[in-house]
Amino acid sequence: MTLTTKFLGATAVLALSAGAVAADPAILFDLGGKFDKSFNESAFNGAQRWAEETGGTYAEVEIQSDAQREQAIRRFAETGANPIVMAGFAWASALGDVAGDYPDTKFQIIDMVVDAPNVRSIVFAEEQGSYLVGMLAAMASETGTVGFIGGMDIPLIRNFACGYAQGALAANPDATIVANMTGTTPAAWNDPVKGSEMTKAQISQGVDVIYAAAGGTGVGVLQTAADEDILSIGVDANQNYLHPGEVLTSMLKRVDNAVYDALIAGDTLEAGFNVMDLSNGGVGYAVDEHNEALITAEMTAALDAAQASIVAGEISVHNYNTDESCPALDF
Amino acid sequence: MDLLTLLQILDSTMRLATPLLLACLAGLFSERAGIFDIGLEGKMLAAAFLSAAVAYTSGSVWIGLLAGIAASLVLSGIHGLASITFRGNQLISGVAINFLAAGLTVVIAQSWFAQGGRTPQLSGAARFNPITLPFADSLRDVPVLGPIYYELISGHTILVYVALLCVPATWWILYRTRFGLRLRAVGENPAAVDTAGVSVVGLRFAAVGICGVLCGIAGAYLATALQAGFVKDMSAGRGYIALAALIFAKWRPWYALYATLLFGFLQALALRPDLIEAVLSFKVNGQLLDVLPYILTVIILAGFVGKAIPPRAGGEPYVKER
Repeated sequence: MTLTTKFLGATAVLALSAGAVAADPAILFDLGGKFDKSFNESAFNGAQRWAEETGGTYAEVEIQSDAQREQAIRRFAETGANPIVMAGFAWASALGDVAGDYPDTKFQIIDMVVDAPNVRSIVFAEEQGSYLVGMLAAMASETGTVGFIGGMDIPLIRNFACGYAQGALAANPDATIVANMTGTTPAAWNDPVKGSEMTKAQISQGVDVIYAAAGGTGVGVLQTAADEDILSIGVDANQNYLHPGEVLTSMLKRVDNAVYDALIAGDTLEAGFNVMDLSNGGVGYAVDEHNEALITAEMTAALDAAQASIVAGEISVHNYNTDESCPALDF
Repeated sequence: MDLLTLLQILDSTMRLATPLLLACLAGLFSERAGIFDIGLEGKMLAAAFLSAAVAYTSGSVWIGLLAGIAASLVLSGIHGLASITFRGNQLISGVAINFLAAGLTVVIAQSWFAQGGRTPQLSGAARFNPITLPFADSLRDVPVLGPIYYELISGHTILVYVALLCVPATWWILYRTRFGLRLRAVGENPAAVDTAGVSVVGLRFAAVGICGVLCGIAGAYLATALQAGFVKDMSAGRGYIALAALIFAKWRPWYALYATLLFGFLQALALRPDLIEAVLSFKVNGQLLDVLPYILTVIILAGFVGKAIPPRAGGEPYVKER
């Protein structure tokens, strides 16, 4: 028996035994890694919650480069993992290529749409969550001027800005919104120095609450806001703890819920297009021990009312992606 | 536009220009000695990471600064070894250093701190805090000069003043010392220096070493003074802008100061689109301001505004005649 045949035999045995266990779900994290304090960690938390509640186990991988995406999906599909959950829009093209080859495996992709009969696509209504934190910002602001700092200038981020502006204007019709984008290249996600300078520039324009939807650049925004004693708003995961008492709130994308729901559904996961919004707890804002002193009862009441109206359809928050324009903010 | 707004922009200019200035002077030493260095970016990044990591672990920003300089020096050593000792291609070695730093910083940060390639936040003595110069508070109410002194000149971290002091120091070293004369000579005509019995290799290594120290300070400034921690790729192309500034300055220290201040000013201005619109009464695209440094450099290179003549022996490894 040569070495190669040994390996082949071992692989076959592995594949068979994996097939026998069957239907263990798999989570594929994106490049940030599962402890990124944001998107991926949220996905990881959802999976952990499922594992603790059901006693189940799941397979996982943190890829190290873009080139591994297709290989990772195929590997898990071959070993019989089902469903396979991918966190991050960057998985879309690899999944689009692979999904057709494994018609019996269910896939879920978060933050992007892949149109295939066995893929469940989850997108978040960021504009609704941003609307709520926008209201909160306008109510907490003493100057009536609130700021927004985005990362890369793409429609997804403009949607955050647009929802935020609509919310701020809803809470205070006279509010001024100052919006800046860090840049137009992916480097804009990781330029905290520029984030800091933009924060200072906005402060000199009278801004006293800043919402950062800018990935690593947001670290600089939150830091400078805390240094200069103004309020900031985090994004994606709960970032309130970063500067206790100085972060007004965080706009939450409940990636953990999306993952948890998929794992609960197991191989009966329903394919198709899904929006996680306020009505199903997909987006929201964070209140915990770090910021509860900043949120007054009046604010909570106003937000609860707005949330109910949005869910009931009485307030419709404009989605930037539908027509690439924003009624409340001029880019 | 009132005085305070103008001062705010100039203040921002100072902060944004400082890392460019340090990196530009670093490149100046290296290139004046005939070693092209496009690895400024990578050295800054490595220094930013290690300074933040060590400052966090030790709790002292000064130890962090030393660690950042050490990280940058190690990369400088690799560059020197490849391009001076082994006479390799200097550009390729520089590119390799950039890639090495971009990858290694994130991998090491992830394995040490497991926070997605970041370092934990620094606070207190683990970061450089702004210092208020003497009398700044009491002079604040003096008209015009008071705000200028308080807002613009005072209230920066110590590294800003170090960077500014580096400019006359560089000028003095290059133009008023024997070492400086030899260093410039080795970039123009290494054979002549060799004939005079001075070690070309030694001089070039010294220049690359100084370059490493300055890049180390620049990186530490990014991570421990402007920011409170390292984030992946946080140098965000500043090493390349510094190179553009170096060409713009025609490899001279005082011009390097002016060039980096100009580039810093353009960056600061790009952050205030509302002001540009108010002054010019039409909307200027922010991206235009972002590319202006590069456009200006191309104009200079094309010879429209005087000629930029690089050191004559730049980029060529020195081979001793036998």
